[in-house]
Amino acid sequence: MAEQSSGSGARARPISPHLSVYRPQLTSVLSILHRMTGVILASGAAMLCAWLLSAAAGERYYAWTEWFLTSWLGYALLAAWSWCLFYHLCNGIRHLFWDMGQGLSLRATYASGAAVVVASFMLTGLSWGLGLACNLAG
Amino acid sequence: MALQTPLAKVRHLGSAKEGVNHWWGQRLTAILLVPLSLWFVGSLWSIVVGGADRDALVDWLSGPVAAVLMLLFLGATFYHLKLGLQVVIEDYVHGRCKWALLILNALLCLVLGLAALYSVIVIAIGG
Repeated sequence: MAEQSSGSGARARPISPHLSVYRPQLTSVLSILHRMTGVILASGAAMLCAWLLSAAAGERYYAWTEWFLTSWLGYALLAAWSWCLFYHLCNGIRHLFWDMGQGLSLRATYASGAAVVVASFMLTGLSWGLGLACNLAG
Repeated sequence: MALQTPLAKVRHLGSAKEGVNHWWGQRLTAILLVPLSLWFVGSLWSIVVGGADRDALVDWLSGPVAAVLMLLFLGATFYHLKLGLQVVIEDYVHGRCKWALLILNALLCLVLGLAALYSVIVIAIGG
């Protein structure tokens, strides 16, 4: 009897986190964005795999990948993936500092959060700007 | 018949000594991925400037440094990805579906990671 009560016998109690009852804050929004960008980057990793696999398979297969990546949908996805990468990278560094016990005060958390948002957009803009500029020049 | 509550049972099971593996693996790959992903973005940029075609990609990967760093980047990426998606599934998916997704996640990350690593080796060696 005791063995069986551990799983199904327990009443269905509310489970944390109750995201819907909190007013969104910068810290909570950035936290959920870290997960969301991570999941989106999973699809980017699948694309990366397809890109390399098609290149290894030969010119004919690579042409399909090239066609997809240079379509408007491909560019839109690349833009999204690049911002997600820079955001996840910057916020990941923020997490690594937290793991070392650094920057955990309320003030520091908000300051680093704002810095991560600014840095992610600047790095995305910089890499696309440089890429487009060099492509137009060359 | 056991007189202990399920909670008391769990409390006295003690450590399995591997509890920190997931956390540690995620941090190690994260530290590795900070320089490697910046290097990867820079490399992509040089491929785009180099014409963005297959020849530019093959040229880039035929160097030993680029090939080894790319293998390292892919290995760390797909392992980090597996650990991260695992936590997301564990947190938000419940019931039988959770186990199916956990298995699918582990296998898919393994297969895609292996395919990507193999492709890099093929390109680096054969072109």
